[in-house]
Amino acid sequence: MSYLDVDNVTKAFGGLKAVDQVSFGMQKGEIVGLLGPNGSGKTTMINVISGALHATSGTVSLDGLRLTGRRADQIARAGVARTFQLVRILPSLSLSENVMIPAVFGAKSHWGAGAKSVANDALDRVGLADRASTTAGALTYIDQKRLELARALAAEPKLLLLDEWLAGLNPTELEEGIALIRSLTQSGITILMVEHIMDAVRALCPRVVVMSSGRLIADETTDKALTDPAVIAAYLGEAQDA
Amino acid sequence: MLKLVLPVLGFALCAIAPFFLSDYGTGLMIGAVTYVTLTSAWAMFSGHPRYISLATVAFYGCGAYTVAVLNETLPYPLVLLCAAGVGAVLALLVGLSTLRLAGIFFVIFTFGLAELIRQLITWFEVNVTGTLGRYIFLDITARGIYWQMLALAAITIGLTAWIHRTRLGLALKVIGDDEVVAAHSGINLARTKLVVFTLSATILTLAGAIASPRWVYVEPAIVFNPTVSFLTVIMALLGGANRLWGPALGAVPLFLVFEWLSSHFPDSYPILLGLLFIGVVFILPDGVLAAIDRLRARRAGSEDAV
Repeated sequence: MSYLDVDNVTKAFGGLKAVDQVSFGMQKGEIVGLLGPNGSGKTTMINVISGALHATSGTVSLDGLRLTGRRADQIARAGVARTFQLVRILPSLSLSENVMIPAVFGAKSHWGAGAKSVANDALDRVGLADRASTTAGALTYIDQKRLELARALAAEPKLLLLDEWLAGLNPTELEEGIALIRSLTQSGITILMVEHIMDAVRALCPRVVVMSSGRLIADETTDKALTDPAVIAAYLGEAQDA
Repeated sequence: MLKLVLPVLGFALCAIAPFFLSDYGTGLMIGAVTYVTLTSAWAMFSGHPRYISLATVAFYGCGAYTVAVLNETLPYPLVLLCAAGVGAVLALLVGLSTLRLAGIFFVIFTFGLAELIRQLITWFEVNVTGTLGRYIFLDITARGIYWQMLALAAITIGLTAWIHRTRLGLALKVIGDDEVVAAHSGINLARTKLVVFTLSATILTLAGAIASPRWVYVEPAIVFNPTVSFLTVIMALLGGANRLWGPALGAVPLFLVFEWLSSHFPDSYPILLGLLFIGVVFILPDGVLAAIDRLRARRAGSEDAV
């Protein structure tokens, strides 16, 4: 069994199967891209793993622990951290407090000086340490994204789920972002990232899983996937005549 | 240090105040301190998570009614204990069934709850016991009530200050900002809200029990008066519901204003009340304390510019 094991997961909203019998696995320390055109069920998949949504059927387990059937807060304490497609920060709290939250309420239950030092380390990694005491609501978009990543890191997660974390960055910021994620993989975190920016996927992920209309259509090396006729057809549509 | 000395000094001054006041003055002090307790207890739960509850009078009234039912059969301290128990159990039941509701749904539910309890008790008294209206004959002086209420207010504010320093307080702040982030950071939403809701409701119930001997005669229409719930909300919002001293700061002046209005303009009083409500929400949505902070920040900013 893999470190992260997604086994035959289906998530249906009424008659619509947003995720349809998807299975894939990840090794510890691996970084995998989750690709697919808009509406293919990527974010739903992330939501099922993180507990924001409950799977209709199938199981997800991490390091042998079954995650499906647990609440989001239990899954967070089991070592899963995530960022959100539409960035979610805590606007009335300071940067330091924002980042401290998962350290305080996560598996290790840091408090006081311990929590502050975890928060400072995480802010330092994303380059926000010098503004730790400002209020989060005043940040620019890119800094809000950095803050969200720092918050996920402060959870000291086993599995990090990034939902289009690189979207909306300009080329310079994108380069910084890619370098940041690469430094994370080197520290041994397992990362599943939803991403549309192919340059970033190529640079970071040796392997991708591709979804289309809720189904898994490819699970292979990135180079192979990007030339796979099924994947190209999913993104660009079928050719009219062969 | 000053943060600890000033409140203690303040409460001590309040405690000796009845020795220098007329009976009418003591009566006013009881009213003001009762609303300090109600608003502070209300804000303990509603301040940070911004769950506006209109169920204040449901608990307050239950406290008074518990005393009305038990005052002749049990010694007074046990009656208070029973009232706290009634409040806690009711809060657990209500909390378990409603804290999943958000926003306006929660507001409407809590308003309905107070009416539901009033109607249920009325029905029970008319159909089962056959007596609508009960008497409370307790040998407690106005000063005795005042000191009990003052102690409860001190406990409430102390408890709130303590909660703000714990994980529970931090969890409440996060829930107020974003429940989804809270859950994904490992915060158990249901448990956090239930614990604080129950604490807050138990205090509200006790406040009703302590204040009840002032009424002497109680019936559901008197003790479950929805105006109490609305006043509590306006007072807490005026002072600043997410500040430790905000609710108390809103409660005292507004209570005095309402007292004056209700004795001088008994007919148009509800209209003035409504206008004040609208005024508070429009002019000071975050409360007086936040407005003062903003003013200070602006002044500091303009000095920097010079």
